[in-house]
Amino acid sequence: MNPGMDEGLRSELSKQGIFTTTLEDLYNWGRKNSVWPLGFGLACCAIEMIAASMARWDLARFGAEVFRPSPRQADLMIVAGTVTKKMAPQVVRLYNQMPEPKYVIAMGACAISGGPFKEGYNVLKGIDRYLPVDVHIPGCPPRPEALLHGFMMLQRLIDEQALTGPRRPRHLVADAPSEFPVPQYGPHDLEPPSNPEVWQPPSSDKKPDVG
Amino acid sequence: MPVESSPYLVLVVLLAGAVAFALVPLGLAWLWRRTFSPSKPGPDKNAIYECGLESKGDAWVQFKSEYYLYAIIFLIFDVETIFLLPFAVAFNGLPPAAFVAMMVFLLLLAEGLIWAWWKGALTWR
Repeated sequence: MNPGMDEGLRSELSKQGIFTTTLEDLYNWGRKNSVWPLGFGLACCAIEMIAASMARWDLARFGAEVFRPSPRQADLMIVAGTVTKKMAPQVVRLYNQMPEPKYVIAMGACAISGGPFKEGYNVLKGIDRYLPVDVHIPGCPPRPEALLHGFMMLQRLIDEQALTGPRRPRHLVADAPSEFPVPQYGPHDLEPPSNPEVWQPPSSDKKPDVG
Repeated sequence: MPVESSPYLVLVVLLAGAVAFALVPLGLAWLWRRTFSPSKPGPDKNAIYECGLESKGDAWVQFKSEYYLYAIIFLIFDVETIFLLPFAVAFNGLPPAAFVAMMVFLLLLAEGLIWAWWKGALTWR
């Protein structure tokens, strides 16, 4: 993690009781242990999310128990449940209103792909058509343990982000867009049906495995 | 120079320390924000409403001034309740003069309500 310091010297120092770190590591350590989620649930996955935040599973151990009622104060959007096409513009707008750096967890089969309601005329087939999802948690619904695991994955992702260089988060890229286009609720479908900057339809040159 | 010559020097040092204790973290946070957290404003992020819906209209809306009539008529019942409860609790031990005084008071309030009703204040416009 520390390019300026020899790893052997570092371990030698730590044996002598001298702990060295970098500003970046300290920053990420603080960031990953104070991720505040946005308090909103869309469907049954929200019940599992609420359970994970309560005493039995205790998301507070990871510093993430402060579910914020306002996007202005939230770092993490847990898309917990089925995103209907009527709700999708609101979800994207809420994401746009969150301050940087921000992360998205798609919790459950519905948020990932539409899940069991994929064939529904009013169901968005995955929030990753509009938002850059960092962690996907499969399950229908995922148990709170799965959400905790996904959250630990997100913590690992935050820990590996750098302040400079190619591993820096999106908001430090100068020409990255500040907002994602909010889809409009059209007469037949959302317009546009997906954001091509974050989601491309699966390539059709592969043979479709029709079961 | 000995400290005893100006006994308030310690206070000045403490004051400077207290101000620095408050301002240095703020300055560091400001420097950090400038370097590692560039602002990325946008039309959605700067919008006033926060629940995901688009804001409609202006925040400077006017309330109808007729509401004050209802507030005042509500006061009749409010004051009446406040006085009626102790009146009912102490009812058995009250002299007749107190009973008459209370009845006059109730009559005044009821008269006000009837007058407001007669003026049409209870009709929603």
